[in-house]
Amino acid sequence: MSEPVRIQADETFVLNVGPQHPATHGVLRVKMEMDGEYIVNAETVIGYIHRMHEKMAELKTYPQYYMNLSRMDYLGALGYCHGHVLLVEKASKIEVPERAEYIRAITVELNRIASHLFWFGAFVMDLGGFSPLMYALQDREYILDILERITGSRLTYSYYRFGGIYNDVDEQFVESTRKFIPRMRKSLKKYHRLVTGNIIFRKRLEGNALLSRETCRKYGASSAVARGSGINYDVRKNEPYSVYPEFDFDIPVYSEGDSMARYKVRMEEMEQSLRIIEQGLDKLPDGPIMPKKPPKIIKPPVGDYYQAVETARGNFGIRLISDGTKNPYRLKLRSPTYSNMHLFDESCRGLLIMDALAFMGSLDLVIPEIDR
Amino acid sequence: MILEKTHTALAVLFPETTIDDSQIGAVEEVPAKEEEKGAKKTPEPRKNGVILRDYAVHGYHVDIQLAPSQLREAVAIVDSLDYFIESITGVDWIKEEQMEVIYDFSRYDFDLCRVVIRTRVPRDQPSLPSITSIYAGANWHERETHDFFGIKFEDHPHLVPLLLPEDADFHPLLKDFKA
Repeated sequence: MSEPVRIQADETFVLNVGPQHPATHGVLRVKMEMDGEYIVNAETVIGYIHRMHEKMAELKTYPQYYMNLSRMDYLGALGYCHGHVLLVEKASKIEVPERAEYIRAITVELNRIASHLFWFGAFVMDLGGFSPLMYALQDREYILDILERITGSRLTYSYYRFGGIYNDVDEQFVESTRKFIPRMRKSLKKYHRLVTGNIIFRKRLEGNALLSRETCRKYGASSAVARGSGINYDVRKNEPYSVYPEFDFDIPVYSEGDSMARYKVRMEEMEQSLRIIEQGLDKLPDGPIMPKKPPKIIKPPVGDYYQAVETARGNFGIRLISDGTKNPYRLKLRSPTYSNMHLFDESCRGLLIMDALAFMGSLDLVIPEIDR
Repeated sequence: MILEKTHTALAVLFPETTIDDSQIGAVEEVPAKEEEKGAKKTPEPRKNGVILRDYAVHGYHVDIQLAPSQLREAVAIVDSLDYFIESITGVDWIKEEQMEVIYDFSRYDFDLCRVVIRTRVPRDQPSLPSITSIYAGANWHERETHDFFGIKFEDHPHLVPLLLPEDADFHPLLKDFKA
């Protein structure tokens, strides 16, 4: 597996993967130049579900645009909403009550687990194991139920408001979340017994698609893609925002740089998210969930503002250039999988097509989030 | 500290301006005051140079504006200091008949420092040197900026529409774009 593959460039053909292909988890197309089973060259074609979110931002006011964020990444929507509200609050200097910020952190982490669970199921299914998906979706269902009760939706949440949140959590939320934590811990053990130690699984992933630190840096990779390559980078720790400095949690880092490392990072992240939720529920302060006088019209002063958050898929950055009116002059969304996907072209050269698809799965792609 | 290191390394590009930390606070105040007065008068165009920003207000530390000819040099400095590329984007300043391209860089270590490089090109002839030979990851970002703003990146290996349809001849983020 570690020996370089010898390729005769004159005997190649082009294989078109996608745009509709189960392994791409969405409308993504990869033109692969193949030499037998080996990839000589690949060109990723994106943009099939491009919706021009950034133009919509310029045409709408801040509260009107807010719900677009949850349509970007349908699996980890709350992380993106969090970035947007933090940015607008920073720009227009809105104070957020502490309780609201704690609830935000708890719900973002719940959403992160839900997103990772879906990824886990889909990833193992890419590799040919069907049943883990069923278990993963069952656990995810608990989270969706918990979040549905307080946010009102199951997938495209619009739970936060500029200045706070829309609906306070109640005893039942705290209780059901507390019940969920041990259940999830038990499930994680089950997943490790079922999947992580599996010899077929390990043989396929260990040493698969090695990414160096330098590749990650040149492409701006984040999330488990960077952390699987020995980069200790998590926006929650490197650039603390919200109430994350209050929590005691670790960032799992593996230096192997293969798909197995990326898998392990995400699995451990779920455990870390559980720790954050646990501490968040313990520390959850009483108080209001919205400021006393929430601003009726959002008009950030003239300027250029940037906010980065760690979503389930990595470092999501959002830049606002305000001209002091009700609409943003320019709003740029820097999506994490856009950068993570970009390094696929270069890194899949010389791989077997099956290994390349395993690699693609380990990147945790959500296509609407790439295409925006 | 990386912040000072970056500041000094990038200040080399602007030999005529002296680094004076006492000015930094003064520069920060200008946009806020204009906003209070109603911001009717056109603000002075910003001079090229390095400004240190208040991270708590703006979310980044080092803000550089430079001429397009200095771009590759500045990005090479940032690259040598071990920054990773975050994004590239454009802004259409239609009133000033200019387009701004913004490059974001950040770090993987705990010595937090965000660098923003800005450069302006005339709106009727938007063209910039490509930085893909320095940061391979700039490829898609530059293609996207070309899609949305029509900014040409010279020496880009494959400057075809990325997010827009392959035959797209419009640039939706221009302020005078009508669907």
